[in-house]
Amino acid sequence: MSAGALPALLAAEESGRGVLSPSGVEIVFLLVAVVVLGAAILCVTSRHLVHAALYLVVALGGLAVEYLLLTAEFIAWVQVLIYLGSVVVLLLFGLMLTRAPIGPSPDADSANRPVALVVSLAAAATLVTLVVDAFRTTWIDLDTPHGRSDALGESLFRAWVLPFEALSVLLLAALVGAIVISRARRDDSEEGRG
Amino acid sequence: MHLVHPATLAVLLFCVGLYGVLARRNTVLVLMSVELMLAAVSLNLVAFDVWLADELHSGQVFTLFLIALAAAEIGIGLAIVLLVYRRRGTVALDRLRALRDGPGAVAPPDEVHDPDARPAATADAAARGQEATP
Repeated sequence: MSAGALPALLAAEESGRGVLSPSGVEIVFLLVAVVVLGAAILCVTSRHLVHAALYLVVALGGLAVEYLLLTAEFIAWVQVLIYLGSVVVLLLFGLMLTRAPIGPSPDADSANRPVALVVSLAAAATLVTLVVDAFRTTWIDLDTPHGRSDALGESLFRAWVLPFEALSVLLLAALVGAIVISRARRDDSEEGRG
Repeated sequence: MHLVHPATLAVLLFCVGLYGVLARRNTVLVLMSVELMLAAVSLNLVAFDVWLADELHSGQVFTLFLIALAAAEIGIGLAIVLLVYRRRGTVALDRLRALRDGPGAVAPPDEVHDPDARPAATADAAARGQEATP
């Protein structure tokens, strides 16, 4: 922290919002953040493959609650519908179709686990230091909601309608591609393994 | 709300996803970690959009696009994983080394299986990913 941080923090404390006197929304946000992070860590370390997918549900559902706390209600419900409703189900189907074991699988992690731990811890330390130092005197004004469905839909279908249509074409292309890739060909039955 | 809270949560979630991508062995678990990283980016976009109170809602619209792209990505990714599983019989990342270069390179089991049984052109096509269709 530089020398100019302390007066700014003190001024923020006097104006009724400070790090040491968190508001109710901040406390709820931090509690849900602990749940999200714990579920995410369990998701990437669990030896049960199906449990990992279910921990992913907890993490993404907690993120939807965080979106609600940030007054982005439409994003929160889209997150629940698409992530929890379809993406996790797709992942569970993927686990089922690749014959993942039901019990604990000892080879869920590869041999470069220590390297991954070092890399991710270094990245976390660097980025947390940077983010905390950059935004320590920045506050979000949550009194006026900024994610209501009507305002978001208006800007989506006025300013962003061309990217929206391009995205729909992209989704169609991705769907057709997935069907073409996963279609069973004739040489699969001859050369494939099952 | 202090902007540091959502930004720090996004950073930590991203790093957890990074660990998962690097450390996991099962391809489906790697895809799950990629989803965690994408969710962290979405949280960042929403937090900064609410902070700036953008009139066009750029961050939230981009988050919607990101969620749709994640759905497309997971569909394509799982299709590729299932195809690999059908061809090779495994989804362990460290056993899929058909394109590996250097001292550890080994021939994938599909080619050492019975090389004399098919003509050279077919074997060559098989080495390039079995794209030849009858």
